[in-house]
Amino acid sequence: MDPDRKRKIRLVVALSVAVLLATALVYTSFSASTEAKSPSELLADTPAGSVEAYGKVLTEETLPDGSREFVIADPEDAAATVPVTYEGQVPDPFREGRDVIVTGEMVDGTLIAEKDSLITKCPSKFSDEAEEDPNIVIDESL
Amino acid sequence: MTFAEFSIDFGLACLIAALAAFAYGAGAGIWGGRNADRRFVDSARRAVYAATALLVICVVTLEAAFLRSDFSLALVADHSSTTTPTLYKMTALWGSQGGSLLLWAFVLSIASSGVLFATRHKHREVVPWATAVLCGLGLFFCGLMLFAGGANPFERLSPVPAEGAGLNPLLRHPAMAIHPPMLYSGYVLFSIPFAFAIGALIARRLDASWIRSTRRFALLAWMFLSVGILLGAGWSYVELGWGGYWGWDPVENASLMPWLVGTAFLHSIMVQERRGMLKVWNVSLICATFALSLLGTFLVRSGILQSIHAFGESTVGTPLLLLIAAVLIGSTVLIVLRLSHLRSERRVESMASREAVFLVNNVLLVGLAVIVFWGTFFPLISEAITGERSTLAAPWFDQYVTPLAILVVLFTGIGPLLAWRKVSAGRALRLFGPPTAFAGVVLIALFVLTDSASEPGALIMFTFAAFAVAGLIGEFLRGASAQKALTGDGWVMSLGRVVVRNRRRYGGYIVHAGIIMAFVSIAASSSFQDTDDVRMLPGDSTTVGDYELTYVRPTAFRDLEEQRLTFGSIVEVRRDGEVVETLTPSRNYYSSSSTGTVRSFFEGEATSEVGRSGGASEDFWTAMRPDLTEPAIEDFIATADQRIDRITIPDELPDPATPGGQATMRQIAADRSALQGIAITNLEGRFEDGQIPVDFRINVNPLVIWIWIGGAVGVIGALLAAWPTASARRRRVSDVYAARLAKDLNRA
Amino acid sequence: MEAVLLTLFVVAAVALFVSIPLRPGAKNAEERIEDPELAELEARKEAKYREIRDAELDREQGKLSQADWARADAELRRDAIEILREIDALEARKSRLSPRH
Repeated sequence: MDPDRKRKIRLVVALSVAVLLATALVYTSFSASTEAKSPSELLADTPAGSVEAYGKVLTEETLPDGSREFVIADPEDAAATVPVTYEGQVPDPFREGRDVIVTGEMVDGTLIAEKDSLITKCPSKFSDEAEEDPNIVIDESL
Repeated sequence: MTFAEFSIDFGLACLIAALAAFAYGAGAGIWGGRNADRRFVDSARRAVYAATALLVICVVTLEAAFLRSDFSLALVADHSSTTTPTLYKMTALWGSQGGSLLLWAFVLSIASSGVLFATRHKHREVVPWATAVLCGLGLFFCGLMLFAGGANPFERLSPVPAEGAGLNPLLRHPAMAIHPPMLYSGYVLFSIPFAFAIGALIARRLDASWIRSTRRFALLAWMFLSVGILLGAGWSYVELGWGGYWGWDPVENASLMPWLVGTAFLHSIMVQERRGMLKVWNVSLICATFALSLLGTFLVRSGILQSIHAFGESTVGTPLLLLIAAVLIGSTVLIVLRLSHLRSERRVESMASREAVFLVNNVLLVGLAVIVFWGTFFPLISEAITGERSTLAAPWFDQYVTPLAILVVLFTGIGPLLAWRKVSAGRALRLFGPPTAFAGVVLIALFVLTDSASEPGALIMFTFAAFAVAGLIGEFLRGASAQKALTGDGWVMSLGRVVVRNRRRYGGYIVHAGIIMAFVSIAASSSFQDTDDVRMLPGDSTTVGDYELTYVRPTAFRDLEEQRLTFGSIVEVRRDGEVVETLTPSRNYYSSSSTGTVRSFFEGEATSEVGRSGGASEDFWTAMRPDLTEPAIEDFIATADQRIDRITIPDELPDPATPGGQATMRQIAADRSALQGIAITNLEGRFEDGQIPVDFRINVNPLVIWIWIGGAVGVIGALLAAWPTASARRRRVSDVYAARLAKDLNRA
Repeated sequence: MEAVLLTLFVVAAVALFVSIPLRPGAKNAEERIEDPELAELEARKEAKYREIRDAELDREQGKLSQADWARADAELRRDAIEILREIDALEARKSRLSPRH
């Protein structure tokens, strides 16, 4: 077989393999993904199966067995809130007022979270609002 | 006007002038290129030198402002405070939008000055356009600082606050301090070969000379990027109470993608230099690497993807996206227009050649980058296609990245064993035999002696790694023995000499060794990790893997200067009944404000101090988190704060407008501080003496230290490969001499 | 107002600096620039030398048999000599054109 033909065959084989792998990639990614939903979307239309919820922590509570119950609010509509029951690793920056992402299933209006699926965003470095008021202010507590 | 105020004005003036210099440099470069007018090319180069000097002044001015805690600057007030340690005052410069853009422009200007100085007598047709591209980039970043909202590092605050916000305690770590400059240097340094590639495309000078002048910059870029990625992963591992080093988070992926494609570029250019092949690959790879570097810069500050690092919406997202689009469209158009000039001078003669392996390598690395890209941007892709935003989590990435990573390790071993063009027929057995045999032995040993078979992916990775390592050792031995035969020196001398004389090859081999080390340890520490979450009271014990952990007793102390309360623990780690290590994991609570309440400590930042004991074979890692809802703690905090308020706040508040009122306010603040101190002491006692439950996370991570060691080895190898050869230096001297001689002869 | 003056002052200083090559008395910028054709030939020569050295290293490391190496080395040396001839020819052409003669 002359070298040119060999090269063409090699190219065709390589491209076919690439196309096959790409198809597999695309196909499995759609089935393996979890939908990302805000609390208002969850309230409007409760999906079945695993869902990734994101929002700002309104209130949080630690139960005696170490698990957490917290309420997340929609970043765009503070009235839309979803309670979450969570077990597992809690990231260091987690507290009220922080933005979080947590994966789980909706059961009777509460998100039962998958273990260790809680992600807390680091406090914003690039937003306009300063995190804390740098002035020493006493009347905060008055 | 004070000197401080003047310096800020002067700094801003320099930034504006730098913008002007870059704008002029871009124009002069284009003019000099189109009209072959050398004077304008020299003028453009001077504009780059000028911009460098000006940006140095900007950086120095801002650092001085940080050091003297000049809170009239928004930058300083938002990210520093009088109590911030000096090191972090200085590194806080790049903790903000404006500061990090300034860092980008600063590194760009220095690198550009360097490369333009080095090529000031060369590449007559390419340099003008490369200068224009680099100036264009500088113009863009200076423009962002001055015209995008909220990105001006010289923005002033009025009125001037008395104290700054301080640096987020999570970032008060040396690794985090230099992680951004390392990453940014990596991103920025790729702009040098990119600019020269664009210049070469425009000028139709597509031989290997643009590569020769920028190869070292690409290697340096790769090095810095590697260090930046490793620092980020390392910091995450030792500082965060999570215990992992990689989460496939979008921002992590943003730095990995240019690294992958940049690695492909570094290999692929070797083929063009020697064999005149893969020219289209090379220009495409460097344009892709640079576009991905910009994408990395963009992702961190755009807020378009949910990420642990996402820093929120910002005003520079859209312009950066436009720049990335311009880079991609511009490069594609140029490459397509110049395809006829990019034809390979030769063909791949045999699959058993280095060229063939490098081609496969390109495909594998680009494939990895495509997978990471797809997974990272899937939320946007799925939203565009289905209307629903869906995310892909770490398991999906692991599933697709692992097989390709295993293949990469395999080819890391095959490549060094081959020769250019082809390996002689009979030699293959002698070259490949011993490493394959060694790999087989390792496979059987692991299968029989360990439980590696439970993780087939890791087992295959180890086997291929054994093959690759054996191959590399063979290369070193063969080289040393050939050198020894030549000069008759001892083994060590011969090894040293052959490595030094063939720096690029052996430096590359050392990088490979580092990479293999890192991949093996990543496989081991992720596949064979033992982990447990357990709640313990003082005196309790638990078992994880081969270790027994005993929570001996709690500890508590505070740091007044840092406004930090620490609840910690003393834990004993036993193995086979013997105490191996005593660790002190703890949790730091930083006060959120100076309002004089106890609760303020628990409403601020909280960080984990990890307890870690590491050895060559595995790392023992633990983090703790006390349960503060325990009544002994929770109730005390509430009543203590009530009492402090009752004692210190008078029924009638003084008028803060009067001097007498201000004095009273100051007295109240001092009283509250003192009472807060007493309450904290009491709280510390309660934690130490009470039976407060603590949640411990315990990980046993095998071989994890070899990730960092492998990284260090890789960086050393890269430095070795980049080191100038003596002959190159001699050549430069003779060039200068020849030029002077010609000039003298002309005058005579 | 002072800020604007300050900025203009700095910009003027920069303009002074970058305009040095543009002034009438400036040194002839063309003088020390390498000839791109010569540079390309030099680059090809260096690449060819590297190929010769690599082939030698490959033979020392046992990847190429003596026969294969001899064939490759001969071909590479032929190419290298060809490039050296081209360099000489180019330099000769340049010195003929230069005002020295």
